[in-house]
Amino acid sequence: MNFLILSLIKAAVVAFVLLTALAYLQWIERKVIGHIQLRVGPYRVGPHGLLQPLADVVKLITKEGVMPSNVNRFFYLLAPFIAVVLALISIAVIPFGPQITVGPVTTWMQLTDVNIGILLVLGISSVGVYGVALGGWASNNKYSLLGGLRSSAQMISYELPLALAVAAPLLLANTLSFRAMVAQQSGYWLGFIPRWNVFPEILGFSVFLIAGFAETNRVPFDLPEAENELVAGFHTEYSSMSFAAFFMAEYANMVTVTAVATLLFLGGWQPPFPEPYSDFIPILVFAFGGLIALFHGLQPARRKDKYTFPAVAVVFFGIAALFGLSLFVPMLKAALMALFWFCGKVGLLLFLFIWVRGTLPRFRYDQLMRFAWIVLFPLAMVNLLVTGLVVALTSK
Amino acid sequence: MTALIFFIFAGIAVLCGVSLVVQTHPIASALSLIGVMGSLALLYLQLGGEFIAAAQLIVYAGAIMVLFVFVIMLLNAGAEGVSRQVSAMARYAGILLLASFLGLISFIIQAALPKTEGVVFGAFQGGTAEAIGRKLFTVYLLPFEVTSVLILIAILGAIVLARKEV
Amino acid sequence: MPASVPLSWYLILSAVLFGLGVAGFIYRRNIITVFMSIELMLNAVNLSFVTFSYGLKQVDGHIFSFFVMVVAAAEAAVGLAIILTVFKNRQTLMIDDVSSMKY
Repeated sequence: MNFLILSLIKAAVVAFVLLTALAYLQWIERKVIGHIQLRVGPYRVGPHGLLQPLADVVKLITKEGVMPSNVNRFFYLLAPFIAVVLALISIAVIPFGPQITVGPVTTWMQLTDVNIGILLVLGISSVGVYGVALGGWASNNKYSLLGGLRSSAQMISYELPLALAVAAPLLLANTLSFRAMVAQQSGYWLGFIPRWNVFPEILGFSVFLIAGFAETNRVPFDLPEAENELVAGFHTEYSSMSFAAFFMAEYANMVTVTAVATLLFLGGWQPPFPEPYSDFIPILVFAFGGLIALFHGLQPARRKDKYTFPAVAVVFFGIAALFGLSLFVPMLKAALMALFWFCGKVGLLLFLFIWVRGTLPRFRYDQLMRFAWIVLFPLAMVNLLVTGLVVALTSK
Repeated sequence: MTALIFFIFAGIAVLCGVSLVVQTHPIASALSLIGVMGSLALLYLQLGGEFIAAAQLIVYAGAIMVLFVFVIMLLNAGAEGVSRQVSAMARYAGILLLASFLGLISFIIQAALPKTEGVVFGAFQGGTAEAIGRKLFTVYLLPFEVTSVLILIAILGAIVLARKEV
Repeated sequence: MPASVPLSWYLILSAVLFGLGVAGFIYRRNIITVFMSIELMLNAVNLSFVTFSYGLKQVDGHIFSFFVMVVAAAEAAVGLAIILTVFKNRQTLMIDDVSSMKY
């Protein structure tokens, strides 16, 4: 097929799936934080609050967009635009799976592979600071300005440990492109331990995740947008779709950071066990989930659960059957298995992000900056030096 | 296709350059400079300099310009007032004339030089990170180490100068 | 429109950007804008380096360009620190007002 048409189709699929995933990521976050705080989260709008993101979108679109009087209109409108565009562009270089064959077309599950994949993601996250800084400054409000400056100072301070933590698996992989990095992590030590970069680089992985928390302004580093300190910080003066844009940009950044962590450290779309045994894991996982849902459906805690939980059980059994079917159709199997493992790992890391949000208190600003420069940056540098030493001593 | 991309991004670069010089508010000038850097990064990609394009985005547009934007916001630099009795027409015309004068001189010079081949995207494959790394750590090792010392001196200087006096 | 772009057009673009940088440097009064014009000149020179690197099919131009970027970063840090100090002492950012040596 023509390269242009194929790229357009892939871009449309990725954009649609990403935007839906961002909306439902917000639903998952509210449910998980609700259950951590011993309450239910969204429950009324649709079964178990599943239509809550739709209701939120409708509310945000129809809400009045109030623009404060003395702002510079161009920068005020430019800031959420920059934030959301740059956050969504990074997905273009992230591979979701290996090369698959769909009908007459053979293509990678990635929008485009550039030789400098990881550098491009780092560059886009560096330029993404401007959305926050301009948003805070253009609001003509001292709390927003303080929040914007603090947030951008935090983001650029934590870019350094992020980049150094990224450099260590690059030394092991000897390449900058994502495809080659995942290919380098294939194979197993002793036959069953996967050759993921997280096992030699556990310190690098932790530094990367902590710096990722700070880059995306998530708790415990979310002082710049804390509601009780700075009246929502740099996005105080934004309402309706501009606020939705900042929100969407934050979740898209989270997805990008977890996807890059998966590709660099956790082996991308590769299963943790050798091939013939790991094919049954998706079937087992979804069947188990269906059984739990069925169990709760038969002993409902609330009256509505008598109907919703069995429906969930049916859906899960259907997905398990689909995975079982794909074992016999190789064309489908590669794509589905890769998607399951990649989304599973990204989902686990996103759950970690949400879990930490519900659990930890936030850092004070000087503690935050101190942590970046005095603890994380030397740790990341030591990690890089030790990795470099080991690679130099063991390579021919 | 190469020519189309070149014209679009060269046009954006020149427009942002003119806007940098002409705008009164420093933040608008800073954003125009970021626009110039972005379009130049794309032109570097076209010339086969993929590592330099990424370094331009990360270092120049993502760190140096953030520093500029910080200082402008911290100092609350406002728009410049009306300057020394020069009419707006003279100001715009002067800047455009200067730029086009330089462009004309360059065009005349290059028309007199022998013709070289054109730029084809993908013809120069030597701008990868590996190629730059090899040259940087073997042939240009001394400048690399001296530059690290230079950055250290710059950091110390900036901290000493901007420190609060106790 | 030709199929490939002659190399000299990149050099012309570099010259135009350099000229704009010089114009901003000479003409503007706000010291931060003057500094940004210097950065524009450095960017134009980077483009010229990368262009010649393509023309000679060597990677040394990229390395020079990399060093220019690094030196520009160091210069920006120190220069902005100096600007902050001048602002602290003179409370102005217009270079015309910082014209007397005596404080």
